[in-house]
Formats: sequence, structure tokens, C-alpha cells
Amino acid sequence: MSRKTQLAIFALILLLPATHALGQDWIRTGTNRGAVVRLADADFKGATGDPQTGPLATVFNQTLWNDLDNAGIFEMVPKSFYPLQIPGAPGEMKLDAWANAPVNAAMVTFGNLGVNAGKVDVQGWLYDAKNAQFPQVLGKQYREDATPDNARLIAHRFADEIILRLGGGIPGIAESRIYFVSTRTGNKEVWVMDYDGANEKQVSKLGSIALSPRISPDGTRLAFSGLTRDSWQIMMYSTELGRTVAFPRYAGDNFSPAWSSDGSRIAFSSSMHSGLSEIFIADSSGANARRLSTGKGDVSPVFNPKTNGQIAWVSGRTGLPQIFVMDADGSNVQQMTKEGYAVSPAWSPNGLLLAFSWVRHYGPGVLGGQDIYLMDIASRQIVQLTHDAGRNDFPSWSPDGRHIVFQSNRSGTEQIWSVLADGTHLQQLTRQGRNSQPNWSFK
Amino acid sequence: MKYRTRNWSLILGALVLVTLASGCKNNKGNKVPPPPPKAPTATLSADPTSIQRGQSSTLKWDTTDATDVTLDGSKVDPSGSQSVSPTQTTTYHLVAKGAGGTQEATAQVAVAAPPTPTPTPAPTPPPITDEQLFAQNVRDIFFDYDSSNLRPDSQQALAQAAQLIKQKGWKVQIEGNCDERGSTEYNLALGERRADAARQALLSGGVSPDSLKTISYGKEKPQCTDSNEDCWQKNRRDHFSLLH
Repeated sequence: MSRKTQLAIFALILLLPATHALGQDWIRTGTNRGAVVRLADADFKGATGDPQTGPLATVFNQTLWNDLDNAGIFEMVPKSFYPLQIPGAPGEMKLDAWANAPVNAAMVTFGNLGVNAGKVDVQGWLYDAKNAQFPQVLGKQYREDATPDNARLIAHRFADEIILRLGGGIPGIAESRIYFVSTRTGNKEVWVMDYDGANEKQVSKLGSIALSPRISPDGTRLAFSGLTRDSWQIMMYSTELGRTVAFPRYAGDNFSPAWSSDGSRIAFSSSMHSGLSEIFIADSSGANARRLSTGKGDVSPVFNPKTNGQIAWVSGRTGLPQIFVMDADGSNVQQMTKEGYAVSPAWSPNGLLLAFSWVRHYGPGVLGGQDIYLMDIASRQIVQLTHDAGRNDFPSWSPDGRHIVFQSNRSGTEQIWSVLADGTHLQQLTRQGRNSQPNWSFK
Repeated sequence: MKYRTRNWSLILGALVLVTLASGCKNNKGNKVPPPPPKAPTATLSADPTSIQRGQSSTLKWDTTDATDVTLDGSKVDPSGSQSVSPTQTTTYHLVAKGAGGTQEATAQVAVAAPPTPTPTPAPTPPPITDEQLFAQNVRDIFFDYDSSNLRPDSQQALAQAAQLIKQKGWKVQIEGNCDERGSTEYNLALGERRADAARQALLSGGVSPDSLKTISYGKEKPQCTDSNEDCWQKNRRDHFSLLH
């Protein structure tokens, strides 16, 4: 089986529930990478003479195009094919010009943006180009303070509406965020950025070393590992209060936290019991910590977000690290990988796949490529997502299960990259300092 | 002022030139037979001229118009240098022979006995802090790739360290470290295992569990940041800190 066929099958597995959920023809085909929705995205027209209108429209149009292009469910019609007369409102829309060659769009989005008295107003529409009688699929209005950040925010929101409507009912990710570790202040701290790499902001101010950021499912709390004077401890940061909040200190070193998808529990690695790292599970408050695994060198737990009934993690119990899965009470341990150096499991939102980092062909003195792989848990079938470019580690799934963000040193330094789960649309998100351990928000 | 000084030096310079020029003229005027072969010259020096036993001194020599140059009987280059470590005061002889004769030069290297330790019956040990004693006796131990097994030399070193730790009643932090390869989180677990391996060895040596603490730095605190095996080996280590 060719790699492309394998990836296509994985893409189908990925999107299967959505395909079942919705019956309309073009949505079903839309989930198949072979016949994606052909979408035209006309630049939104400036609606007022305010000097801010032009710059904000530029930001908005770039962001909307990137969001739709990144979504992985559209075939974007290049703007050079578009009619000369770009509509800014339904009254100016001549549907034939978009439905026919050379555009041949199935869907077209258009609208206008104007700045008035410090506010930016956006009106946006999504039209079904083939439905002359009732073309309107979406009509939306937005109003925010006139800033570039808000122009990008509105574009993200409108993109998410379109993706929700055309992408099989799965919410878009344009408003999702990626937490990561950056060295740009001189030491490792947790930072956050928009899903497209824009709007980077420092979160933690530990002054020592912060690792393994994991945002809670509701986005209000960030768990991470922090180096204190004498040990590693799980730290909890409130995104609402903008400061760290109390979390119990346990004996020994405590690191690599993970949230259950209902936000009620946290799994982490701790040496509190034996002096060696083992997987523990606790309430989200940190209370009632209990030991799940008894291996030597157990780290990087992650819940099956669909059921929260299983945990995948990394163990060195058989030699080099391998991926294991157990029930959330510690029973039913299964070894998922049996060769090479396998670390950093990430469970797909639909519960069907594990992404992980693997040096598959490991030999004495030789370190081959460290790449991101996907495993279909039921069949144990594995496909390779990244190929022979540096060390790739710490995959994390987007909330829609269509994208994976990961760290790679393929550009020469460790940076954050994202890729569609079918291996296409690879893009670099960070460039400043060294950046690692990305964690995609749950929504 | 400056201007005037420069004028004076110009005048002096001119005078010197005139004098030299006239001297030349005088020599050329004398019709004498070709001069006999020039007598060789030889110089020999030692630096330093006095040393303590065990130290060395450098002999330097220079000759002109010599065809055969020997230093203490051995043939040497017309000019050169050589390091010597005499055990007692020695005079070195340089002999330069040429068509114009023989020239000798000598240089002496005085040798003093090293200061003998004062023969006090019970020499008091030099004052040493606990930190110095700890650093001298509880040294880093190193590991193979992805391994937390103690090497034989590490086991031996830890057995000796255990005796001192017990005797001094020290509290010790054992810090496990990894090289830059491998994954951030897994390396924390690996560092934990390395720290624990040393802890177990010290416990076997009789050290109390209460006086030992472990921490893993994974690959977060490398002492060497190059990407080669030399450097990786330096980072695959347990480091020991004396706690207060």
C-alpha cells in the first residue's frame, strides 16, 4: 500500500464520525481529500474612508485566507482567477461569474470591512455558487474595537463559522491556541500563540526552567512542570487570574502533567514513591494522588480524550523507551511499540489514533531520523507523518483532529511546526529563540 | 617646544651621517691585503641561570664564522637552544671552531635542592573546607548511552565516597543528567534512574537514606553544549552537591 493511500485511509478514520453524522453530498465528499470543497475567498472590500480601514482589511483578508487554507478541507481557488468585480455585499454578487470557469467555485465567501469612530465593522457572507435560487449559506456581522488583533480575531471567528458549516459539523480551530516552551527570555518559560503562530505571549515567569505545558480542557488552567530550588513540581497557572495558583507539592520529582478531557483528573509522572518515575493520577486539584504504574522510568502520560478510560505513556521498562497503554486504573497494560526509541504519545480527539515520536531504526552509534508517526490503535497499523528532516518530537492534536503541531529542528534550531494529519500543509509557526513542547488547546 | 626638539634631533642625525661617511672613505683609501679568515665568535646563555632541582633551564647559543660547533662535546647547530634539567650546578661549554680559530663560551646553571619539608614530627594538614574535601572525594560519575548502570570504576568511587559521607555526616544531593539526544520528558526519567543508581550504591555503602536526596535535570543542565560524543559523555553523569 502506498503511503498516500495509507494516509488517505487515516484521514478517513480521522473524520469518520463526521461523515456519518451529516448526510449532505458535498459535505461527505468534503471530508475526503480526493474531492474537497472548491472555495473562492474574495477579498473583503473597504467600506469606509477611515485611514485604518485599508490596513485592517489587509490583516483580515490575509488571516481569513490562511484560516481557510489551513483547514485542510478546501481547495482554495487562487485569487488570480477571480472576476474583476469583487462583491462587497449580496447586491453586488454576480453568482455566475463565480460558479463558471475559470473560477468554478462550489462556494464563495465575500464581504466588507469598515472602521467608524474607533470600531471595526465586518459583514461576511458564504454563498453556494451552484444554488442560484437560495445561495446564502451564512451571513454574519461583527463589531469590535478597531485594532489589528481584533481584525484577526473576527477573521478567525468567521473562518470557524464557515469551517463548521462546510467541514462536517466539526468546529473550526481558528480561535484555538498553542502553548509551548520558549527560551527567548534566556531560560525556558511557557508561552502561548494563536494556532497560526501569530500573537505570541509569555505566560510563565518562573525564572528557572518550565517544561511540558498542558492547557486544561476549558482553557482556564495551565499545568506545567517547574524546577523549584530542590525538585520538579507540577505547577498550576490560572489564565483567568494571570498567575500561578496553589497545587500540592509531592516528594521527589513531579513532571509531565496531562488533563483528562473532562477536566476532572490530572495524570503525571512522579518519583515520590520509589525514587524512580512512575505514573500517578490525581484529582484536578492535585489531591488524592495514587500510583498507576510500577515501571522504571515512566513518563508522558496522556488520556484517551474520547473515554478518559485509558492512558498512553512512555516506559523504559523494556530498555529503550516504548509506548504503552493501560486502563485508567492501571490494569490491562499493553505495549504498543516494540522497537526503536518511541516517546511523546498524543491521543487523537476521536480516540482512534496515537501520534508519537519515534526513532524507528535505532542502532548502536547510529541515530536515524526521529519522526512523527500515527498509529491506528485498533489495528496497530502505523504510518509515518514526517520524513527525514531533523528530530521531530512532541506531537499534539488540534481540537478538530485534522492538524498536528510538533517540535522540529529541521530548520537548524528547535521550532514549532504544524502539519495536516494527512502529511500536507507543513508550516513553521515560530522563529524566535528555541521553541519546543507544543500543546494545542482543547478548543 | 616640540618643534624645536625635532630640529635638534635632525641636526644630530645629520652629524652622525657625516661622521660615518668620512670613516668609510678612510677605510677605502687603505690598500691592504685581503683580511685573514675571521675568528669565530660564540655566545652561550642560560635562562634562568639558577633553578631548583627538577626544574629546567633553557640554553641559548649563537656563533658566527664557525664550521664546527659543539656543546659539551656534542655537535650542535651554529645557533640554537636546548632545554636542560641538571641535577646539580653545571657549567656548559660551547666550542666554536672555524677557519679563523676557536672560540669558547660557557654558561652556568646553578641548581638548588628543593626546599625540604620542615621535619616537624606531626605535620598539620593544610586547612581544607568541607566543600573542598567533598569536591575532591565525591566526584561526578558517568554513564553509557540510555543507561543507568554503574560502571565498575563508579561503583568503586561511590564505595569510597560512602565512607567519607558517613564519617562526615554529610547531606548530599545526587543530580542525574543526560546528553542532548533523546526526548525532554523521557530524559527526566532517565536522569532519575541515574541518580537513583548512585543513591543505591551509597546506601549499600552504609550511608543513611535521610542524608541522600536525588533530583533529575534530564537534559536541561548540560555542562557541555557541543553535539559530539565527547560532549555527550560529559553530560551523561551524576553530579553530587553538598547540602547544608
